[in-house]
Amino acid sequence: MDADEAAGFARVEWLSGEGPSSDVVVSSRVRLARNIAGFPFLTRASREEKLQLLDLSHRHIEASGLAPEVQWQDLNALSRVERQVLVERHLISKQHAKGSEPRGVAIGLPRERLSIMVNEEDHLRIQVLRSGLALRDAYEQIDRIDDRLEERLDFAMSDRFGYLTACPTNVGTGIRVSVMLHLPGLKLTGEIDKVRRAAKAMSLAVRGFYGEGSESIGDFFQISNQTTLGRSEEDLLHEFETRVISKVIEYERSARRELATKRTRTFEDRFHRSLGLLRYARLLKAEECLEQLSYLRLGVSCGLDAEVSQEVLQRLVLLSQPAHLQRVCGRELSQAERRVERARLVRAALAARD
Amino acid sequence: MTHQPCEICGEPATVHEVVVKNGKRQERHLCEKHAAELGLLGSGSHTSAMQALGAVLDPMLSKSKPQAPSGCPGCGMSFADFRQHGVLGCPSCYSAFEDELGSLIERAHEGATCHVGKVPKRAAGLESRLKKIESLRKELQGAVMSEDYERAASIRDRLSSLEKNS
Repeated sequence: MDADEAAGFARVEWLSGEGPSSDVVVSSRVRLARNIAGFPFLTRASREEKLQLLDLSHRHIEASGLAPEVQWQDLNALSRVERQVLVERHLISKQHAKGSEPRGVAIGLPRERLSIMVNEEDHLRIQVLRSGLALRDAYEQIDRIDDRLEERLDFAMSDRFGYLTACPTNVGTGIRVSVMLHLPGLKLTGEIDKVRRAAKAMSLAVRGFYGEGSESIGDFFQISNQTTLGRSEEDLLHEFETRVISKVIEYERSARRELATKRTRTFEDRFHRSLGLLRYARLLKAEECLEQLSYLRLGVSCGLDAEVSQEVLQRLVLLSQPAHLQRVCGRELSQAERRVERARLVRAALAARD
Repeated sequence: MTHQPCEICGEPATVHEVVVKNGKRQERHLCEKHAAELGLLGSGSHTSAMQALGAVLDPMLSKSKPQAPSGCPGCGMSFADFRQHGVLGCPSCYSAFEDELGSLIERAHEGATCHVGKVPKRAAGLESRLKKIESLRKELQGAVMSEDYERAASIRDRLSSLEKNS
């Protein structure tokens, strides 16, 4: 099938389904918010200033050699569907896809580990994405990138508040560390709310698959820090990883073990029903597809079917999203057409081999 | 100036007219009500000129009023604007509204009042390094108090590397 090629993600890192703890952690992300000194924040910047910021950032990002190849995209030059493709790949935010103000994104190729949004809420939002639990690696990479950019650009700083950001909730380090977790075990055992409450008590945010304001479809949850001031980057990262995420991972694994050993029949039934549904359905809604893929991912991680790989499932999660489907089909599709094409694509990828 | 009563009703006069007629000076003192009745208000050339000037000046004055006393010198944003939108206008807003923002930031960041962490290499002058050392020491005390020894150890490492470099 050459949906992968059409979608252009033969080597996208976070889709590989690899990396530490990838049975539970889909991906790790670190982002830094930075603003260029001498310019107002974007709410107060004129169109002229936004164009200057865009040009300045573009030139310096290109000259800094941040990845083997850096692809620059002017978002106003892209169609709505193309922008949506970037959102689905977590390279830009939903907010960044909207509007007609001057804004862009730089993407590190070939693995799409790096993206720098220009003129989002802050002048620069640098992010590094990794497969599995790899926050430390992601931070080391982003720290080097930040150093490189800082050799060329002056970022707005204050002695007291550190890196200055448009919203005071990001001030200080400007760092956000987050992980995308797959927690079907905790969902099925009804313990997911405990995780939500514990996260809230520790000043962490729990969000859905596409960040702010999105639902947690298919049992995918994004957990991230909210405190950015008064703690060093290493400190925040260390606490996040050891005190929070590793606990949630353990908790999820024990829920999965319980399901697999104490409720074996129901557990296997759930998996095979999902496999059957996805192998034979002729119409698939996006949410239904993600929900069923989630059960497959759970089953595969517990060793239920060696024929289906985590990587294939991870790619289907992305390929079945509306904009990716349209890109694979090479044309705009109505909602009804998308259901047909989604079912066709999933069927082809999961077809029984006998 | 003495307070003249209105020559018609005896209430305090607010309109005073001096007319020189045939070399003879004539004064009139009236309250607002009776001055209006006698046609001394509203139609005089002086009054209407003032009204015209007022019409031009008032909007200018009222426009510049809210920004002048409390706005950010960098971008003109007022704290009320920030309250409404939740986003600041420019880096200078942080110093312009330092007091108001300080307490808000403290609440948003688990009681933190100042930055601990990365400082750009070029900006890492002696002064900010000393400040950093000071705040790290405070952080260290906090970690020891809450018996978070793992964190305390990592802070101690950073402290010693900072002190070595300064």
